[in-house]
Formats: sequence, structure tokens, C-alpha cells
Amino acid sequence: MNFDPRFTGRKFSSVGTRPLRPDGIDKVTGRARYGADFNMAGQLVGRVLRSPHAHAVIKSIDTSKAEKLAGVKAVITAKDLPDLTDGDAAMYDILDNSMARTKALYDGHAVAAVAAIDARIARQALKLIEVDYEVLPHVTDVDEAMNHHAPLINDAIFTEGLEEKPVKASNVTKRTQFGHGDVHKGFAQADFIVERSFKTEQTHQGYIEPHACVASVNPDGTADLWVCTQGHFVYRQHCAQLLGLEASKLRVTSSEIGGGFGGKTHVWAEPVALALSRKAGRPVKLVMTRDEVFRASGPTSATSIDVKIGATKDGTITAAEATLRYSCGPYPGSWAEIGAMTAFACYNLENVKTVGFEVLVNRPKTAAYRAPSAPMAAFAVESAVDELAHELGMNAVDFRIKNAAQEGTRASYGPVYGPIGIGPTLEAVKNHPHMKAPLKANQGRGMACGFWFNFGGQTCVDLNIGMDGSVSLAVGTVDVGGSRASLSLVAAEELGIDYSQLKAIVADTSSLGYNDMTDGSRGTFSSSMATISAARNAIKILRDRAAQMWDIPVDDVVWEKGHAIAKGEKYGNLSALSLKDIAAKSGTTGGPIAGHSELVADGAGVSFATHICDIEVDPETGATRVIRYTVVQDAGKAVHPTYVEGQYQGGAAQGIGWALNEEYIYGKDGRLQNAGFLDYRIPVCSDLPMIDTQILEIPNPNHPYGVRGVGETSIVPPLAAIANAVSNAVGVRMTHIPMSPPRILAALDAEREG
Amino acid sequence: MRYIRPLSIEDAVGELAKAVGPAAILAGGSDLLVRMKGGFIEPELIVDIKAIGGLADISETADGFRIGAAVPCAVLGEHKALKQAWPGVVEAANLIGSKQVQGRCTITGNLCNASPAADSVPALVAAGAKAVVAGPSGKRTIAVESVPTAPGRTSLAKGEIIEAILLDKRPVHAGDAYLRFIPRTEMDIAVVSAGVNLTLDDHGAIKTARVALGAAAPTVLLVKEAGQVLIGSKLDEATLERLAKICAGACRPIDDKRGTIEFRRKVAGVLAQRAAAIAYKRAGGK
Amino acid sequence: MAGVAVSTTINGDAVEYLCQPDETLLEVLRDRLGLTGAKEGCGTGDCGACSVIVDGRLVCSCLVLGAEAEGRKVETIEGMAHGDQLHPLQQKFIEHAALQCGICTPGFLIAAKDLLEKNPSPTEEEIRFGLAGNLCRCTGYDKIVRAVQDAAAVMKGA
Repeated sequence: MNFDPRFTGRKFSSVGTRPLRPDGIDKVTGRARYGADFNMAGQLVGRVLRSPHAHAVIKSIDTSKAEKLAGVKAVITAKDLPDLTDGDAAMYDILDNSMARTKALYDGHAVAAVAAIDARIARQALKLIEVDYEVLPHVTDVDEAMNHHAPLINDAIFTEGLEEKPVKASNVTKRTQFGHGDVHKGFAQADFIVERSFKTEQTHQGYIEPHACVASVNPDGTADLWVCTQGHFVYRQHCAQLLGLEASKLRVTSSEIGGGFGGKTHVWAEPVALALSRKAGRPVKLVMTRDEVFRASGPTSATSIDVKIGATKDGTITAAEATLRYSCGPYPGSWAEIGAMTAFACYNLENVKTVGFEVLVNRPKTAAYRAPSAPMAAFAVESAVDELAHELGMNAVDFRIKNAAQEGTRASYGPVYGPIGIGPTLEAVKNHPHMKAPLKANQGRGMACGFWFNFGGQTCVDLNIGMDGSVSLAVGTVDVGGSRASLSLVAAEELGIDYSQLKAIVADTSSLGYNDMTDGSRGTFSSSMATISAARNAIKILRDRAAQMWDIPVDDVVWEKGHAIAKGEKYGNLSALSLKDIAAKSGTTGGPIAGHSELVADGAGVSFATHICDIEVDPETGATRVIRYTVVQDAGKAVHPTYVEGQYQGGAAQGIGWALNEEYIYGKDGRLQNAGFLDYRIPVCSDLPMIDTQILEIPNPNHPYGVRGVGETSIVPPLAAIANAVSNAVGVRMTHIPMSPPRILAALDAEREG
Repeated sequence: MRYIRPLSIEDAVGELAKAVGPAAILAGGSDLLVRMKGGFIEPELIVDIKAIGGLADISETADGFRIGAAVPCAVLGEHKALKQAWPGVVEAANLIGSKQVQGRCTITGNLCNASPAADSVPALVAAGAKAVVAGPSGKRTIAVESVPTAPGRTSLAKGEIIEAILLDKRPVHAGDAYLRFIPRTEMDIAVVSAGVNLTLDDHGAIKTARVALGAAAPTVLLVKEAGQVLIGSKLDEATLERLAKICAGACRPIDDKRGTIEFRRKVAGVLAQRAAAIAYKRAGGK
Repeated sequence: MAGVAVSTTINGDAVEYLCQPDETLLEVLRDRLGLTGAKEGCGTGDCGACSVIVDGRLVCSCLVLGAEAEGRKVETIEGMAHGDQLHPLQQKFIEHAALQCGICTPGFLIAAKDLLEKNPSPTEEEIRFGLAGNLCRCTGYDKIVRAVQDAAAVMKGA
């Protein structure tokens, strides 16, 4: 790749403007097609039978009665998804999670599936499948699961990362550690030390669109999958591997996606739908119910975190330490590891140590949820930081400014930072009118910082110029929040044409090279880099064609503002050729004009945000109300500022829900009690105020336009910001998320009773 | 499975009475369809009562109001006279679900669903509302509190339908109020709730009082002592304190996904106090 | 199970269909009539993504039986624009970026249309409570509320 990704500080004409999105009309008229909106001829309805037990051996499954029911075309169990993972443990877990093989590991774990001519028959068929379970003791709480007496979820798992090789199997799959310096020495230097334990409950991404797909497997080994996903190329790889298909013969088309937030990065129903289709010989549509989404997709971890931070009287943090325990569901993960990396990333610390423990529980397999693992760590750390500032008698913002990481700081997770936005976001917050606004009785103000890495990764883009001069852009990163608009702006910028001349689409897996998922805030960052590269490649061709048209050397042709210009006085009488002029002649100058780009987008810029919120608490009931909320975040460069604001607001709203009311509630029987939007309480419109945003632009030196990912960081500070606000309102430190009214009232009563 | 839309209450009763399998009455459907979707009920017969004459109307009678069993709660909120006479009942009815659900759900359905957390029921019980029951052996009028007998169960016999809810005409100094606690601002089921209905004498002292609590026991609770303690008072601090204590003491709540025993006890008292204050004000008390 | 023959009006057009007694209006719209603009987010009336208007009342079509539409007038998102003329709410939702993923958008638009027809000058609070039956997980509602406010202003001026 001869593409130079360095930031150049150019002036923009398209980037930074706010045009209408290309998919807007389809989405406001109901025409946009989501996962469940697609149908194929002869399509069957697929449904999944799920374990009612949190932990049980599957002794036998009798499907004979279901198979005999008129209208049933296929019934499958794990036998129909043979193990082709060839020792790949992570893939085996995906397979086992898609369809339980020997044990059901959580309430909702798939054990069998049917395809029938309609939903009613499919439902009836599920009732005719007889599963003989041997129910085992279960454990759903992260701390209980670490107890030596806890039921073992997988007796072949021994904790990795310990100094001594363990002799006993454990629910703790891995220990990881990060940091530098000597925390013992640092705590010895401290005048004040805050030490606290925190808990956060499991939450779900809560996308409004349930998982849905249509699978069609042909006898010749070719197959099609229409699916709502954040990464159709990754789904293709996983499904092909699990089904024994050749990847290039499985075409995966990503539908419009009705929200993902990390939850649509993982296959669950898709391999099942493909297996049903293969067995039935007909297309199968499989749509999860909301109940299934909660019970059997991939919520985030529940956590238990201990934090200890010490500082000298002048407000310098001398040492910081955290132990983080994250639930992974019944399969190993690296969630605590990410939490341990992000926990202290906002600060410049001489002595820091974080330890993460990955813990198996009988809950659904944890999946990514927007800046996965970071919000919980930030909640614990930023709560303790606030408390420490209070003990020092320092303003919470000033204390953070004093200890904030900056360019050259060695991050607690290893690398040395380049230019970063934590300091600027803190300064902006310090000067924000919100910080000075008066508060009423029973109201409290809180603020907190957050960090997220952002990803880059494999990216492929095609840019095709039509003979009429219009431009189509085919990208492979799924558009979850307006990236088709952003990428069109980038292409328009680079080509020097108007946004309206472009149309961006998300191409299917057979039409474009491999792309990583839209995760890690990488969609616009990485695809814009590839789009710039593709546009520059197209410009080379455009210049070449102009040179042909003029019959002059290509080196004398430059590209400026959407036109080829013949450089030099000798070409004085040659008027500039527009992209349109050149495209019109392309049939006779060498054929179609296109620019391609395949690259690994390195250099994703880390991202920081600081949030402020005001909360009112009813001291008699523990009810909370978010009065005001402000997000300040570094975007590097906001390509389409309106959609950047949207990301800031959306992340904040999800964080508010998590902080106050959202949680998975398990009964003593290990079954999920609130698998629906009635009792899994995501914020409704009347719960929230307007969410103010301030976009800072500290350019990422590793992107031509300075772009950083913006999608995830906004969910990192809210848990802590709200906990700090509630704690300030009621005078009691809140340590358990969500801060539901019963928890707040209990904390208040405990305080009142002294 | 059959779906029928009878035109008379007699036909509806007849069909229900002779139904062999499980039968369901459909008015707003906001509970029934959810239960069907969840597989909790698979009726052989669905009797849609919305086409039955009079069931979709609110009528003002010499004795008060008659609210047909198929009247959506949104219509209660649009009925000026009803809203003026029984603001507590109407606000309770208008708290059920979303605007979308409001266009469908009925107070009769809310009552017959027999959830202890039903929003309109504590207000109706406090209001002393009555239910007109039509059945194979004729009609009878019963107190609404005698309808639910346990969560999800009612005292109605096979073939019986509640065709209307009756509310009394109001004397001059009268007011009612309903408050519920929910964690969000909308869309939740009550964690605990309180309905209060008061009449005052000419001096502003409370003459009659009924207090009912929701989500505080297996069925909505009519707390007679709580009403008693209010009588004769002008809602002074001490009376309100006693009211809260009695309500907290009367609760027999459970710990569940929506709240704890402690929380429900405590907040039941708080809500009773607040609802009493609103009702008192509405009754003209100062 | 005996099918129910239904004659109804959808977006002004006379429509006839046969449905099962327990089939919801949402299923009829999506699976029988190809009107997939209404979405199923929950199937239990908790998300509002399937909002439609029946005889002038905003309802969740997942909580209405297909059989109940007999003789009624049903309005769905597919009928909101007049030809190529978007409804002001549709236009303002695009302009204000009141949608990200867009799955909740049809439900929000129908609910907002109902809201503005009943209350042409709602306060922010009235908008927020009026739309509380519609869940959005992407936007934090900020831009949705602004789009409705702007549309209300435009519609009053019109």
C-alpha cells in the first residue's frame, strides 16, 4: 500500500458539513429492509427450543414426535451441527453456544430447532420435542462463582495466568495484570487513601431490532444469508467454518441493522438457520423473540471491582490499584482484561496495578457492548477519584486535571500516548456553563471521565465512477449510525465533488473484499481511510484519462477541486476537465474508472470524554431524575458533526439507563426474570433531558483527516458521572449499579439509621 | 380456535357458557394478547365484546357514571364530566401503559386481569366502584374489590362478563387521587401504589375516606384503618404520619424484580400521604 | 383453526384478507400484506415499533388481532407520505438526524403524527410523555424531540 495515512491539516469543504443521509427517505417511509423484512420463495419459519434450566446435562433429545407433525420440514439438534472446529477453542464455544452439545449452560441455551411452514406449526413442534435433562447446581453471581465451593461450569478449565499452574479446575478462566511502578511504595507516600468495592449488574445492548436472518443452503454447497449484523464478513467466516461451507460460496448480505452496540458481532441463530435450511432443503427465516434476545444473545458482564487510590495533600495521585472480576457467561472471555486495561487510562500514574479475573457463570455468553468492559471500570475508578478529591478538599475537576494523562504519558496499559483529549475535555468541562449552574434542593452534580481505545483493522472499499459522472461507493463496514453519509462526505472531499453526486452502499460479502466488523468505533475511522485511498487511486486514473484526452504527459495533470488541470503555461488554452467530462469519455479512453482500496487501518486514535450530569433524588422514595446532561468528547475530526452528536447522545442515554435502572435479574432457580422491555427498563423519552454535546477536535496524527472513532467512548463516563451526582445529592456513596430506587432508598435509610 | 364478535351481551354470555375449552374475553387485548404471545394461554374461543351495544360508551346516570367494559382508557381521559368527578380514577386509568396501550386497554380488563399491581384498581376500590356482572343466571352488581381473588384469578364464574363499572355521583366536597411508584417516568408496572378517596364536611374536615393500596398484597388492599384515621382530620402532620404507618403495616408485599418488601412498605406509606394530600386539595380542603 | 375473513381499509385502500383468529394485525400487515414498515421490537406492546393508527387511535399493532380490523380504518407508515411528498415529520426526522439505525422510526413517526394531530403545539414535556411508548436505543431522544418540535412549527405555519 503506497497510501500515506498521516494527518496533513488540510482545509475541508465537505468534511464537517451536515448533509442529509442517503438512507433517510427509505427509513422514514418504512421501505428500508431490516433483518426480518426479507423473504424468499418457499421460505420456512425457524424456531429454537431453549433450555429452561440454568445448568443441566442433556441426557437425550427425542425429536420424533415433532418430525411427524404435518408442516414440519426439519428438526435439528447439535448432531446436525457436527464439530468442524478442528481444535479452535473459541469457535467451538461459538458452536456450543449456538446449539448446546452435552450441557445446557444457561436459561435460554438453544438445544434444538425446527423449520415449519408457519409459525404456529413451528411453535407446536417445539412442544413435541422431549428433552431429558439432569439438572445440575448452578451459579449466576460473579463473586459466588469465584468461591471454591461454587458449582463448576466447565471442569476442563484451569485458571490461566497464575504464577503456579493450578491443580484444580475453576470458574476463573484467566488472570491478567497491567501496570507499572510499585504501588506499595506509592501508597506509602500517600496522605489520603480511598479504598472501596463496587458492583455492577449485567446489562443488555437493548437494540430494538431482534436478531433476524433468512438462510438458504443449496445442494451444490452454495448458500445465501440475509442477516442483521455488525459484520457480515465475520459472520460469513464463522458460519462457513461451522457449517463446512466454502467461505466464498456463502454470500452474506447485511440488512439494514436495527441497532447492535456490539450485540450483533456474534453468531447465534445464523448457523442454526443455515443448518435448518440445509436439512429442509428450503430457505428458512429465523427471527428471535424479544424474550430470546434477552435470554440468549450476548449481554455485557456483571462485575465486582475493588479500587484503591492514594494521593498526597497537594492532589498528586501516588498509587492506584484495582482488582476487576467480570462475568463471561459460560465460556471464557477477555472482558476483565479489557476492564483492567482501561481502568486508569485517563491518568498519568507513576505506580499503577490492575488485575483482571474472567469468571464463568450460568448466564448467556457475554458479548461486546459499546466500549465493552470500560464503563464498569470507569464507574469504580471515577467514583473513587471523586471521593478522594472530596477527602483532599479539592475540586473534582481540578483534581483530575492535575493527574490527567497527556502526550508522552505512559498509559497504565502499556503504550505511550500521542496527542490526546483527556486534558482538553476536562478544561472544557471546567469552563462549561453547566458546571456553574445553580442546583436546587435534593439535586446533585457529578462528573466523570472515560477512555476507549478504538480499533482499526482490515478494510476494503470500492469507488466506481459512472459514465454520467456520478459516483458509487461500496463499503464493507455495516452502517449502524450514519456512516454512509460520513463516507460519502469523505469521498466527496477527496474527489472534490459535491456530496449529492455520490451514493454509498454497504456491499455484500461476494461483492467486496473482507472487512472487519463495525465494532471498536472503527466504521468511519477505517472505512474513511480506505475511501480516501480508493478516491486517490481513482484520481490517478482520472488524471491519466485527462492526459489522454489532452494528449499530454500525465505528470503534467493535477487534480484540484474535482477537475483535472493541465499544469504549466504551455497548456494555457486547455480548460479544466471535470470529473463528469472525463467520465463521459471513459468508454473510449480505457473503460470504466474506479478506485479500489484494501488496507489495514492502523493508528486508531484513543478517545476520551468527560461528562457532567445533574440528578434530583426524591429522598422519600429513592426516585431519580436526570435534570441536565452534558457530553464533552474528542472526535479527532467530526466528519458529519450531527452524527457525531448522535453518537455522544446515544451513548450517554445508554449509560444513564445502565446507571439507574437496567439490570438482568435472576431468580434463585437461575432463570432470567425480566426478559422483556417491560421489566428490563431502558430509558424512555420522558426519562431524559436534552443531552448537550461539545465536540472537541484533537486530530489523530495517524489519519489523513485526523479522524478518531467516536461511537463508544460516550457510554464510559455516565455510570460514574451519575453515581457521583447521586452521591453528591444524597450524601451517601453509591457503590452498586444500577442505582435503582430500592437501592438508593436502602442506602439512605442505612445512613439515616446511622 | 375461534374468534367471534357477538352483538349482544346475551350472545356473548351464551357462547362463553357453552365453550368447551379455554375461552377468553377480548376488549382491549393489552393483557390477553401478551399472554397469548407468551404461550401462557391458548384460548379455544376469543369473544370480542367491542361490538356489543352500550359496552363502548360512558353514560351519565342519575346515580353517577356507567363505564362500559369496552371503553378504552384514553376515552376516560377525554370525558370531561368523569374527569371532573373522579380525577383519581381517570388519572389511574390513564397511567396504564403507553399512549398506544391507552387506545386499547380498559378498566374492566385491568380489573379482570387481577394483577395486584393494576393501576386503575386501587383508585376504583378507593372510589367504591361497583361492577355489573352479566352471566348465565342474570345480572348482579358487586363491589370491584370482590372481583380479584388472587393474582390472575377472579370471582367470576364460567360464562360471566363484567359489562360495566359504576361510579357514584359526587357530593360537593369530594376528591380522589391515585399515585404509583415506578422506576422510570412511564411504561412500568407499579412497584407499589395508593388510591385515596375523600369527602369533606363544610368545615374542611374529612367526613369519609377510603384508602387502597396496589402491589402491596396478592390483591389490591382496601385499608379500612387508613380511611378511619383520616376521618375528622384536616390532614395534619400527625394524621399523615399515622396514615403512613398504618399503610406500611397493612402491606403484605413480596420481594421481586420490581421492588423489595422494605421498599414497598415504606413507599406505600409515602404515596398514601401524597395521594391523600392531592385528594384533600381536590375536595376543596386547604 | 378457522380463518377469519376481514374487510378493512388500509391507508385509504380497501383491503381484504383471511387471517387466523390469533394472528395479530402486525403479523397480517407484515407477513400477509407485505407492509413491513411496522416493526416487531417486542411483541408485547412495550416498544412501540409496530405503532399504527386504527380509527384515529394510536395502537400497537402487535396488541391488535388481525380479525379486529374488520370495518376499521388502519393507517401505517407506508401511507404517511403523499406520493413523493414527505410528511413534515418525515422530512424533519431526516433533517434533524432523528434516526440512526431507523428501526424505531416508523413507530415514532406514527406516534408523533397522532400526537400532533391531537395537540398541535405540544411542550417538550408533552412530546416526551407523548412518545414514551416508543423506545429508541440510538439517539437518546434528543434529536427526535427536536424534529417533532420543528415539524409542529412547520405544520402550524402551513
